[in-house]
Amino acid sequence: MRLSQSWIVASKDFATFLKKRNIISTIFVIPLLVSFLLPGVIWYVLHQSQGGVSPSELVVLMPAFTFFYLILAGLIPTTIASYSIVGEKVEKSLEPLLATPTTDAEILFGKGLAAFVLPVASILCGAALFMGLTDAFTRDSLGYYFFPNWNAAIVLFLMVPLANIISVEWNILVSSRVSDVRIAAQIGSLLLIPYGGVYVAGELDVIPLGDTNTLLMIAGVIALIGLLLLFVVRATFRREEILTKWK
Amino acid sequence: MSEGEVFGFLGPNGAGKTTTVRMLCCLIAKTSGEARIGGYDVGNEADSLKIRQMIGLVPDNVGLYEVLSAYKNLDIYGRLYGCSEAQRKEGIQHFLTMLGLWEKKDVPAGTFSKGMKQKLAIARALIHDPKVLFMDEPTANLDPESSKTVRDFILELKKEKRTIFLNTHNLDEAQRICGRIAILNTGLMATGTPEELESLVGRRKAVVELEQTSDRVVSSLAKQFPESNVAVDGSKLTIDMAEADRWIPDIVDTVVRAGGRVHSAGVVGSTLEDTYLKLVRREK
Repeated sequence: MRLSQSWIVASKDFATFLKKRNIISTIFVIPLLVSFLLPGVIWYVLHQSQGGVSPSELVVLMPAFTFFYLILAGLIPTTIASYSIVGEKVEKSLEPLLATPTTDAEILFGKGLAAFVLPVASILCGAALFMGLTDAFTRDSLGYYFFPNWNAAIVLFLMVPLANIISVEWNILVSSRVSDVRIAAQIGSLLLIPYGGVYVAGELDVIPLGDTNTLLMIAGVIALIGLLLLFVVRATFRREEILTKWK
Repeated sequence: MSEGEVFGFLGPNGAGKTTTVRMLCCLIAKTSGEARIGGYDVGNEADSLKIRQMIGLVPDNVGLYEVLSAYKNLDIYGRLYGCSEAQRKEGIQHFLTMLGLWEKKDVPAGTFSKGMKQKLAIARALIHDPKVLFMDEPTANLDPESSKTVRDFILELKKEKRTIFLNTHNLDEAQRICGRIAILNTGLMATGTPEELESLVGRRKAVVELEQTSDRVVSSLAKQFPESNVAVDGSKLTIDMAEADRWIPDIVDTVVRAGGRVHSAGVVGSTLEDTYLKLVRREK
């Protein structure tokens, strides 16, 4: 596989994304909003009139909030990957692309790269902002800086990229069956349900999201699902399949 | 097909023209048969990248990146075909100028008219200077002026001795542009030059319009062309004979020598359209 060919495909997608206002807002605005909103919630619960939450409650709340970035990693590529594939289907630009001396794997990797790089970079920047603000708000209550820590590193540098990959794979599969970007994004966002479930379970203390082993186990499950999906996506993203069977 | 030939592929909707082009461009697998492009086997996985490198495709749907400029559209494809930056710059300027789009190079392709989009798609297929060009219905859905521009451009490419495989159901276009034509209707019905195909249905007849016919003129023609059959209809003579087109000057000469005054002379008979319709209907 020639990475240079994949990079050309990805750079074409970057150039297209940067012309689409809805994609720009999804990539950059949502992580930014979340990164101000979550520390805002922490500041609010710390300054409640009845004395606010205790340090022991804070250390449960903050890992759960970190887990929120995993949900973003599932959400943001949904719009991008849907546009990347369904957009090309609508514009009928896949056929000339497939007629170039580029392999299916190179195109697929390029498209995956385009839907991976910007969301992950944006999420990590947002997470850095979240951690900085949260540390500033909680330093006095806890007596130490909660972030960075190993669990946050596992979520941000292992789980977020893996969740992003799964989201891209899932959305490529969905995109092969629909011909409307919004419908593809809506079906693609169903992937958020399990992440939401884990988040709620964490909030209810059913799943200890502050526990390193638990996080590693969740990361393992995500990696396994990602691997399985990769085989399905490879079988789906074949030029003959695209030109004759994709709707 | 031979090198530098413009080969027309005629057939009704659903005949398999696009499928054939996709097979030849190594986009879908062939079910049977053999084809070679530039010495490489169509259908051989190892050769498919080499074939795609040496061909250009203008698909039936132009498939441009609508939010990107005309220049950017061509530049991306130039990069995918491995052209250097200098080659891309030169090629883009050359083709956009040739097709009258250079002034619009920074304008998003989505704002172009159908004709301009089609021209841009042709430029995209040529950006890497391919030896073989596949064009799938390049003038379909275009207004007459845009169709003419595209046709003229194909004729320019023909002068450059590029090998062109042209899918069309426009008989007039095929006749004007193509050296040879194949008629397809799920299977290959006939192949040949436009003239050869025209003669498949029935031979063409010479028609001479006179001021007045006379027995002397008719008998002179019968004597001069014993294999022919001369019919008289008022002041019009219809001469049924082989290769009527070729014999028109001799027919006129014979008529004049016999004292006839010629108003007009020409040929009538089966056209490419007659052949096409007969072959396609026979299949149905």
